[in-house]
Amino acid sequence: MIRSASAILRKDLRLEARTKESVPAMLLFSVTAFVLFHFGLDRDSLDGELASGVLWVTLLLASVIGVTRLFAAEREQGGIDGLLLSPADRTGLFLAKAAALFVYLALVELVALPAFTLLLLGPGLQPELLLILLLANLGLASVGALVSALASEGRARELVVPLMLLPLLTPLLIAAAGATEPLFSGDGGPEDLGRWLGLLSLYDLVFVLLSVAVFDYLLDD
Amino acid sequence: MPALPLDEAGKYVAGAYVVFVALILIYVAILGAKIARIAREIDEMASEK
Amino acid sequence: MTYARGLKPLSIATVVATVVGFALVFFYAPVDADQGFVQKIFYVHVPMAIVALCGFVAGGLMAIKHLRSRDPSWDMRSYVAIHMSIILGLGVLITGAIWAKASWGHWWVWDEPVLVSFLVVFLLYCVYYPLRFSIEDPERQARASSVFAIAAGAFVPINFAAVRLAESFTHPRVLSQTGGDLPGEMRLTFLVCLAAMALLFVTLWKLELTSKHAAMSLKRLRTRLAAAPS
Repeated sequence: MIRSASAILRKDLRLEARTKESVPAMLLFSVTAFVLFHFGLDRDSLDGELASGVLWVTLLLASVIGVTRLFAAEREQGGIDGLLLSPADRTGLFLAKAAALFVYLALVELVALPAFTLLLLGPGLQPELLLILLLANLGLASVGALVSALASEGRARELVVPLMLLPLLTPLLIAAAGATEPLFSGDGGPEDLGRWLGLLSLYDLVFVLLSVAVFDYLLDD
Repeated sequence: MPALPLDEAGKYVAGAYVVFVALILIYVAILGAKIARIAREIDEMASEK
Repeated sequence: MTYARGLKPLSIATVVATVVGFALVFFYAPVDADQGFVQKIFYVHVPMAIVALCGFVAGGLMAIKHLRSRDPSWDMRSYVAIHMSIILGLGVLITGAIWAKASWGHWWVWDEPVLVSFLVVFLLYCVYYPLRFSIEDPERQARASSVFAIAAGAFVPINFAAVRLAESFTHPRVLSQTGGDLPGEMRLTFLVCLAAMALLFVTLWKLELTSKHAAMSLKRLRTRLAAAPS
């Protein structure tokens, strides 16, 4: 299973490197959103909960783009028929897709965060942010892969993905933004970090396990 | 939390209960229409056959 | 599959419980000291919310049975449970807004974590219909719906915990009507109303299942009649 998963992952990453369909779009969207927020909020710099909220909502909305495209290649070109093998391989498919989404998110954040700091953020970035990003990406990746597979079963993928993904991500948003807020405040002091990280970890645990358990029943052509 | 005078508060409370009853009744009405259609189709089939 | 079994006693129980519940609300339960007469909305709003949430979770459990048994009747049960919970959910949001307006003067407040988390859950389940009806093949439609029902069902408690956690930081929870201790008469009234709502849900659930099953059997009979030479 690990072998087929890494094979699929490598194929996806190579495809993305060549066609550049997801990551540039997510990145461009993020930076554009920051600019829009500058105009919409009429602020030169943000801090505290406003900064935290703008950052996380933007990342979440950007992830919709990546999630919509995650299973696109398989569905459109019928590549999925070639992939359908044992249930172990289907779990491997899920892991591969989630890992790919994780990589895309990490790449986007690599550029979007400095952009955010440059454009809007008052205080600087803190290292704890990395931990929050890691846990958040984990949740985003697994829920995103599940939603992408589900939405791809039908004809209305572009409608279904945002409608399904965004409510499901609400607890993740609450936890991530809550954890980030003290990091972006002038006085800092991440006292509640543990609680928010706990919620994030719980969310990740439930949804990774659930997605793995349930994924076999999808793509059961 | 303010305690509204009885007549004003009464309107809101009545509104809430009316919403509840209306939802149920609309649901039952739609269900009734479906069942009526099934019954009609059965009659048609019985007469066709 | 006779869904209609037990329907008559259930309906009678529902009517009795509902009438008794309404009577208790308006003739027996005392008027609340703080909120006044407006508090009576609580007896219809909160049972609706509880039953709707249980309906969503039950829909998820039925979906698990469907995936494991591949029996389409479980999918139908799951679909009807979720469908009805969505309708109840609409009622929760409307009665919640009425309560908010009467209590605080705004049609919506972010103070009540139950109401807020319910909004998110409701928004999520609204995607159930577009998801279902965008898939044509009935087997895949049923399977995708079940997968969603399970994920969404698991989501309900996590979302509630998250919203509760968030609200506890910004709005320290003053004793809200949804928790805390109720005086005896109020508690009895609440429990009767809760039972009535639950009975109502189960009765209507069975009723809709009976109707759906009849429609399907009719369709099957029809094709059989058309195929067989008279």
